Amino acid sequence: MSTGNMNLTLKIWRQKSSKTNGKLVDYKLSEISPDMSFLEMFDVLNEELISKGDEPVVFDHDCREGICGACSMYINGRPHGPKEGVTTCQLHMRSFKDGDTIVVEPWRAKAFPVIKDLTVDRTAFDRVIAAGGFISVNTGNAQDANNLPIPKVQADSAFEAAACIGCGACVATCKNASAMLFVSAKISQLAQLPQGQPERYRRVQSMVAQMDAEGFGNCTNTGACEAECPKGISLENIARMNRDFLSSKFVSEESI
Amino acid sequence: MAELNANIPEGDLMEKWTKLKSSMPLVNPANKRSIEVIVVGSGLAGASAAATLAEMGYKVKCFCFQDSPRRAHSIAAQGGINAAKNYQNDGDSTYRLFYDTIKGGDYRAREANVYRLAEVSANIIDQCVAQGVPLAREYGGLLDNRSFGGTQVQRTFYAAGQTGQQLLLGAYSALERQIGMGKVEMFTRHEMMDVVVIDGKARGIIARNLITGELERHFGHAVLLGSGGYGNVFYLSTNAMGSNVTAAWKAHKKGAFFGNPCYTQIHPTCIPVSGDHQSKLTLMSESLRNDGRIWVPKKKGDDRSPIDIPEEERDYYLERRYPAFGNLVPRDVASRAAKERCDAGYGVGKSKLAVYLDFKANTERYGRIEANKHNIHNPDKETCMRLGREVIKEKYGNLFDMYKQITGEDPYELPMRIYPAVHYTMGGLWVDYNLMTTVPGLYAMGEANFSDHGANRLGASALMQGLADGYFVIPLTIGAYLSKEIATKAIPLDHPAFVEAEASVKSIVDKFFAIKGTKSVDHFHKKLGKIMWDKCGMARNAKGLTEAIAEIQQLRKDFWSDVRVPGEANEFNPELEKAGRVADFIELGELMCIDALNRNESCGGHFREEYQTEEGEALRDDENYAYVSAWEYKGDVTFNLHKEELKFENIKVAQRSYK
Amino acid sequence: MASFGNAFSSSIGKKLIMGITGLFLISFLAVHCFINALIFVNDGGLTFNLGAHFMATNWFIRAMEVVLMAGLLAHIIQGLRLVFQNQAARPVKYAVVDGAANSKWYSRSMGLLGTILLIFLIVHLSDFWVVSRFTGIPTVDANDHENLFAVMVARFQTPWVVILYVLAMASLCYHLLHGFASAFQTLGWNHKKYTPLIKAFGVWYSIIISILFAIMPVAIYAGFIK
Ligand SMILES: Cc1cc2nc3c(=O)[nH]c(=O)nc-3n(C[C@H](O)[C@H](O)[C@H](O)COP(=O)(O)OP(=O)(O)OC[C@H]3O[C@@H](n4cnc5c(N)ncnc54)[C@H](O)[C@@H]3O)c2cc1C
Ligand code: HEM
Ligand code: SF4
Ligand code: FES
Repeated sequence: MSTGNMNLTLKIWRQKSSKTNGKLVDYKLSEISPDMSFLEMFDVLNEELISKGDEPVVFDHDCREGICGACSMYINGRPHGPKEGVTTCQLHMRSFKDGDTIVVEPWRAKAFPVIKDLTVDRTAFDRVIAAGGFISVNTGNAQDANNLPIPKVQADSAFEAAACIGCGACVATCKNASAMLFVSAKISQLAQLPQGQPERYRRVQSMVAQMDAEGFGNCTNTGACEAECPKGISLENIARMNRDFLSSKFVSEESI
Repeated sequence: MAELNANIPEGDLMEKWTKLKSSMPLVNPANKRSIEVIVVGSGLAGASAAATLAEMGYKVKCFCFQDSPRRAHSIAAQGGINAAKNYQNDGDSTYRLFYDTIKGGDYRAREANVYRLAEVSANIIDQCVAQGVPLAREYGGLLDNRSFGGTQVQRTFYAAGQTGQQLLLGAYSALERQIGMGKVEMFTRHEMMDVVVIDGKARGIIARNLITGELERHFGHAVLLGSGGYGNVFYLSTNAMGSNVTAAWKAHKKGAFFGNPCYTQIHPTCIPVSGDHQSKLTLMSESLRNDGRIWVPKKKGDDRSPIDIPEEERDYYLERRYPAFGNLVPRDVASRAAKERCDAGYGVGKSKLAVYLDFKANTERYGRIEANKHNIHNPDKETCMRLGREVIKEKYGNLFDMYKQITGEDPYELPMRIYPAVHYTMGGLWVDYNLMTTVPGLYAMGEANFSDHGANRLGASALMQGLADGYFVIPLTIGAYLSKEIATKAIPLDHPAFVEAEASVKSIVDKFFAIKGTKSVDHFHKKLGKIMWDKCGMARNAKGLTEAIAEIQQLRKDFWSDVRVPGEANEFNPELEKAGRVADFIELGELMCIDALNRNESCGGHFREEYQTEEGEALRDDENYAYVSAWEYKGDVTFNLHKEELKFENIKVAQRSYK
Repeated sequence: MASFGNAFSSSIGKKLIMGITGLFLISFLAVHCFINALIFVNDGGLTFNLGAHFMATNWFIRAMEVVLMAGLLAHIIQGLRLVFQNQAARPVKYAVVDGAANSKWYSRSMGLLGTILLIFLIVHLSDFWVVSRFTGIPTVDANDHENLFAVMVARFQTPWVVILYVLAMASLCYHLLHGFASAFQTLGWNHKKYTPLIKAFGVWYSIIISILFAIMPVAIYAGFIK
């Protein structure tokens, strides 16, 4: 009942492990329904591969509703494919045409080595957060939540920065494989909240240092990250981070 | 059938937790440093527990199967988190939250646990805000609230439609802070495959490194499971693709009783299934019922477009049947009502398995208010709709986008089509008041335990429970156990129990590859899902359940003789992971049906067609079933029932009414 | 002990150098363009030579020239290092890249545009700067000022030189279309109210300055300016 009428040629990056080389492999798929999600199309492909005795394509995914940040396919030259503001799992086949050739590659960056096929290692992001992406408040140390009024505009702006799902599309699309958008989103969220002030300048220093240590490239403000970010994280966050970084180096007396 | 001891502290309901807190044995800081705790799971429950325990000084190892702790399924929660703060001055209180939760759970939850949950709920909000979680605020700078089903106060805190994400990122950052300080060792892309029990106590786990396929042994003085719910036993659910029962099920097989497995929550507002290819279902948050009105056409098989159906030909069946709560009745009630209408032939959409969730009336109402604010008097309908849409967008923008993305229809123009879907499992590992399972040293928290929601969970209470367990309950109650363990040295990993557990895991893995069958894992999972949905879903009966048990047993045989797992054991192999999970789901599915068959009453999410009132409401049997079913694994997929009697000393048990 | 630490060696620090030197070069270009535009007075270079003389003799300008050269050098060296480092951050390239979908080509080609500018600068500096500072300007004008104008007119009789200048100014235009606003972003000067103004100003600046510079050799070659 679900079978549709789209026939597709897929060129998918296959790589057995981080230690081997990979290559693009062609697959033909038929009777794809436009109502399927992109990942459901991959489910169909994998089902076929398994029944033929081949190995299915390995890719990261979990929530399939655009919030966990696991899915990560570079589709026809763009992270998360042709539609703006969506993750790979939210992309639907109605965004493609019958007869299309679709090239699917993993995120590529030195800091995101390929694990297998379309799966990459994004733990660099976690290490950046561990370096300072938090407010040091142990459980039980908190005061009543309403003792700290925060102007709505400021709270909303912090929330917009906090909406980042850590997918890494920004790195994937950046010609320099820079992680500035991701890192600045976290720094910016906390820098805009009163709770984040005590560690504000420490945080930006240690997070930027960790970001650099992970081997991400340097930002050249092309804006590709903002355009491809499924959560609309704004470049303003990068400016805010730059500002805080400079203040931390040249104004603040604390250095780490 | 033995009586279970829930270790509920003596004394007045309201004093129990306070008293326990001040009398709980403690572990001194020097000893904490040499005590190791294993936390399986990095969702709200796992991450908050791991972070808090590390802050307290314990050595913590934390595991999750995703590539980052931040991606645990809690991230997907949309609507909000409850707390008895009474910021809205609408008469809320700890007692009222307690009362609502017990009643919402259809009087099948343990009073003491629920009261404690309501007590610590306020601290959760404080803690999260202190961590920088950007909860929604009003212009005055104070926190905003919304309403959720099953309550008449506004006590739900939220962050747009991304509350779970924001709360989890808060807990995750606390966890990462401890990881950065070296106090938590994090194991991502690791799956717990078994619990190691030595001399009757949980002493560690066997985990598989999902990238290399290596089996690893990990010791812990205690093992905490925060591994989430098992809704994916139905194949299609709103859970993430990887959500599974394996950790809990392995614990069950090692002696932890499984509580109330048949209590599953079917969420009324999800995007309907669109075809066979469907891999999961998407929730449309309950918060939408604040402003959306649910209806079907009054005429059977009415094929007109919803905008062409005039007001008087619409049946707002929830408002009709439940005037007091209207569209905000609890989930089980709303889901059954939708099913009832669709079964009776009033469903809409292509599949006829859907009802409308319509925002038009409230969009217009908001528009009128906005127009007033803008000093537009007597605004026309167009203006109202335009202004109102802005308000709706601000409240639910991301949900509306998600709906449009999936269905290709614009919910600002047409009403949403929705249908119930599996969403949450109230059942889980049985735990006592301290959240310890029947295996000493093995704890369960969050959705993985059965403790607080009875037979039906109220919206926005799972996030509350996960964080209550992780931040405030377990870190304290675990002291009762660990204070007696300070003399226990780390057990060497070549202890026979570790060797044996690893060997048994390995033998299962080898078996999967040895079968070399013809069908994929998903094939069996889909079949299981269909049996469960048809016969152990929204409505159940003795005949169907008996059939289901037989069918699942057959399915289990087929699975173990015909499944095909491609690839190898010592590599990154998601098909192998799925195989292990589905094998456990099949066994669990059988137990769910056994439990549902045993419970000859209807309560909350468990609706036995044989037991209903004349109006079609759930008919409880308090005389015979006011107990928690706690199932003991007896080997070879057979189970033994134990009962924990539920005593209601602070609430008058009554038939739930939302009329 | 408090120190500046990795203020300049960190990724943001490196950008900081690009931004500051870039803005400095932009301000220099404005002055440079103004002086050069004096040729449009079309008085046989008298006014222009006056300006050039002032530039060559004012102690402040001379001092700034040292800063300018250091800045230019820093900009070039850092710019090229960034290009190589950024390439290394993605060792395995994509098979398909749809860059046009999310960014401007010139934003992605700052290294290339800069390299064209570098080639131009080598030619340009050896033509004029080396001549005026080191080897000496051969003639003087009616006001007894060094006749830099004459050097210029002579140089712009060769077609390929003119073409190179025009090409280079096109590169400059695109370099600045990205670079102007980008420098502000780098320095963290981002503001909901001012950023749109900065961006608009940057576009006008880039276009006007490049066109002005480009028509100078063309006008001389075509004989409009004598
Ligand atoms: C779509 C959706 C929306 C929801 N919205 C709300 C809401 O608005 N309000 C509300 O209160 N509740 C909501 N809920 C329910 C709530 O989100 C969950 O009940 C809650 O987040 C569960 O948290 P948890 O920490 O127990 O488990 P999870 O967040 O599921 O985490 C489980 C963790 O265990 C790990 N794990 C599991 N098995 C293994 C294994 N074998 N080995 C190693 N690690 C393992 C996983 O990696 C993960 O880290 C929603 C649920 C869904 C599905
Ligand atoms: C008069 C000449 C020049 C001017 C006015 C100029 C101006 C600028 C400006 C304003 C920027 C933006 C800085 C930022 O984003 O912070 C920039 C960037 C850049 N420039 Fe130049 N530049 C000139 C010459 C050159 C030359 C000769 C090179 C040679 C390689 C060069 C290479 C680069 C590169 C690679 C960048 C991008 C670096 C980044 O943004 O991180 N530029 N330039
Ligand atoms: S900033 Fe955007 S693209 Fe980058 S990780 Fe976050 S959500 Fe993904
Ligand atoms: S699978 Fe979670 S965002 Fe796509």
